[in-house]
Amino acid sequence: MKNISLNIDGKNIKTVERKTVLNVARENGIYIPTLCYHPRTKQAGKCRICVVEVKGLPGLRVSCSLEAKDGMEVLTNTGRIIETRKMIVELYLSSGRHNCISCEGSGTCELQDAAYHLGIEKSSFPNMTKDIPIDTSSPMIIRDMNKCIQCYRCIAGCNDIAVNEVLDMGFRSSRMTVVCDTNKPMGKSSCVICGECVQLCPTGALTERKSATKGRDWETGKIKTTCPYCGVGCQMYLHVRDNEIIKVTGAEDTAPNYGSLCIKGRFGYDFVHSHERLRSPLLRKNGEFAEVSWEDALDFTAKKLLEIKKNHGPESIVGIGCARTTNENNYVMMKFMRAVIGTNNVDHCART
Amino acid sequence: MNNILLSKKGIIDLHSLKKYIAHGGYEALKKALSMPPENIISMVIESGLRGRGGAGFPAGMKWKFLPKEREITKYLICNADEGEPGTFKDRQIMEFDPHLLIEGMTITAYAIGACRGFIYIRGEYDWIAKVLIRALKEAEDHGFSGDYILGTDYQFCIDVFRGAGSYICGEETALLESIEGKAGRPRLKPPFPATFGLYGKPTVVQNVATLSSIPFIVNNGPDAFKTFGKPRNYGTMLFGICGHVNKPGVYEYPMGTSLKKLIYEVAGGIKGNKGLKAVIPGGLSAPILKADEIDIEMDFDSLIAAGSILGTGGIIVLDENVSIPFVAQKAAKFFAHESCGQCTPCREGTNIIKFLIDRIAAGEGSLTDIEQVLRLCRCIKGSTLCAMGDTAAFSIETMVKKFRGEFESLVK
Repeated sequence: MKNISLNIDGKNIKTVERKTVLNVARENGIYIPTLCYHPRTKQAGKCRICVVEVKGLPGLRVSCSLEAKDGMEVLTNTGRIIETRKMIVELYLSSGRHNCISCEGSGTCELQDAAYHLGIEKSSFPNMTKDIPIDTSSPMIIRDMNKCIQCYRCIAGCNDIAVNEVLDMGFRSSRMTVVCDTNKPMGKSSCVICGECVQLCPTGALTERKSATKGRDWETGKIKTTCPYCGVGCQMYLHVRDNEIIKVTGAEDTAPNYGSLCIKGRFGYDFVHSHERLRSPLLRKNGEFAEVSWEDALDFTAKKLLEIKKNHGPESIVGIGCARTTNENNYVMMKFMRAVIGTNNVDHCART
Repeated sequence: MNNILLSKKGIIDLHSLKKYIAHGGYEALKKALSMPPENIISMVIESGLRGRGGAGFPAGMKWKFLPKEREITKYLICNADEGEPGTFKDRQIMEFDPHLLIEGMTITAYAIGACRGFIYIRGEYDWIAKVLIRALKEAEDHGFSGDYILGTDYQFCIDVFRGAGSYICGEETALLESIEGKAGRPRLKPPFPATFGLYGKPTVVQNVATLSSIPFIVNNGPDAFKTFGKPRNYGTMLFGICGHVNKPGVYEYPMGTSLKKLIYEVAGGIKGNKGLKAVIPGGLSAPILKADEIDIEMDFDSLIAAGSILGTGGIIVLDENVSIPFVAQKAAKFFAHESCGQCTPCREGTNIIKFLIDRIAAGEGSLTDIEQVLRLCRCIKGSTLCAMGDTAAFSIETMVKKFRGEFESLVK
């Protein structure tokens, strides 16, 4: 790629072509607020808060979809830009019910960040909120359209990343709103509850039902781990408060999932704290299960396997790998069957 | 003075192919097909023809942006979504002289190498769509459209596509989305339609009046076209004059004709001999002109210099009894209703402007409300996704600024 140099706010910057002005600015520590832009859903040009001025071009340009060109002179901080950004935040604050006091999005809300950086406490425009009923029909997701800022991120996530094609923008003008299928409640739509939209939502419009009131972003510790459900090995963060998992989000910066998760990985974590969960190996003694140590259980299993191998030959043993373990575990399982037991009788439950 | 577009005005049954041919129709197409396509493009560039849909972009230049390769699929679209309030010029051509548009489109398509054309007509023009469909059928039956046009191996067929009543579908990229079967919402530009248009193919979108000017240019040459109008603004314009005038209607006059002349001579002056208060010179989106500003030449550049735009040439004349806050109220309601909703300044901004102006008009507003309207207009301008937000803000801002006294008297 060709090297280019441009000037942002008087600072000469060397970079390579095919980058947006927004990304170049961010890489160089220049703050430009964004709402509809997300690295995974790419350019959007909807919220218009990332506007900048470019010498030689008329009007304001949206930096999220403006390609950085050699010799460009960009200003991100003029009076006109700040006035426009303030207007946009105030428009949002007057048209939606954005009260941070009990909002689940507080702390991770990008509208809150923009309002904070621009020093806006409340909107000077009249209150235009519509009081839309909250959609609680989905078993896992709460949709509060009063907090929606029409950024299109959930729509891009649903259609382009998860490719479930449930969400779209319905209606027009100030009545425009995100709809599920043909404007059905989310719980009655074709939504498969992957939660992609929740993860991409910049405000508190889409939140996890199970996490409600359990703790906000700054109160939780985040533990990066691998999803235990299948061999894909999705990377995710467990949001933990008082040793309890209250939320799971996908890790956006890493393969293989780049932030996406399925319904199981994102919402199926209750088993971790289940009282019915096995906590130690059980061995049947006199027809009853009894708790034993790992050493005893493994010794017993090894002894039995060796016995069978000795009396009936290795071909009398079959190993079936589990889809809920990782790729690496399944590899070890295969090695164990072939090298230790000495048979090719090895299979996997996810094989079709 | 009907010379380019309405030269055959008054001929009965001109919409029939027989009558159209009897009056010299399709001669330009015959001539064009004997020329290399590039020559037609250079002829149109030479004529200085600018788009008649509002923005005034030079038509030939737009065609030149298209890739030259003949094997690349290209589309030609006629924008007949005449939705701008106060505009009714295109229907004059389509209803009474549909073959002129078909001929213009076929020549243009030959010049740019398009294989397929669409006429995107506004849904309300139901009967005109039928006129066009009938004319297209006749033209195809007689070899002026469709396969093997005039016996050559050149093919070009046109479909009539009816809109569903949205103003924003007159914006070219929203129009493309609408033809593709999606909601009519403008696309982010660039890429422009010349590189990524209908179904992702290079596309030219032109207004009815622009395309209908092409046969004249091909028949008579660019120099004949340049005898009308003035430098940088050649040709004629269809002025649709409406409002408080004695003889409202569509009149064809050269670019640069005085607005005063159009109102007082052509349209017969103000109804009931009343005084003039203001004129909106180019459809509702055009910033308003006060009565003392109408001594102005009606062309793209002169109107921009006067702080307005020629737009679609739809002249709305308002007499002394009209309340400008009332006009602003109607305009704000229209823009708030027609905003596609994609970008924040236009979606929420026009909605709040409507709310504030309604409050002012109802006598419940305050001076702060007027300031807020101006602040919104100032910030919306230049920050929206398409030109609609810009023009909405510009037109309302001008009404408030030029007639501030009327607004203030309502809040005091």
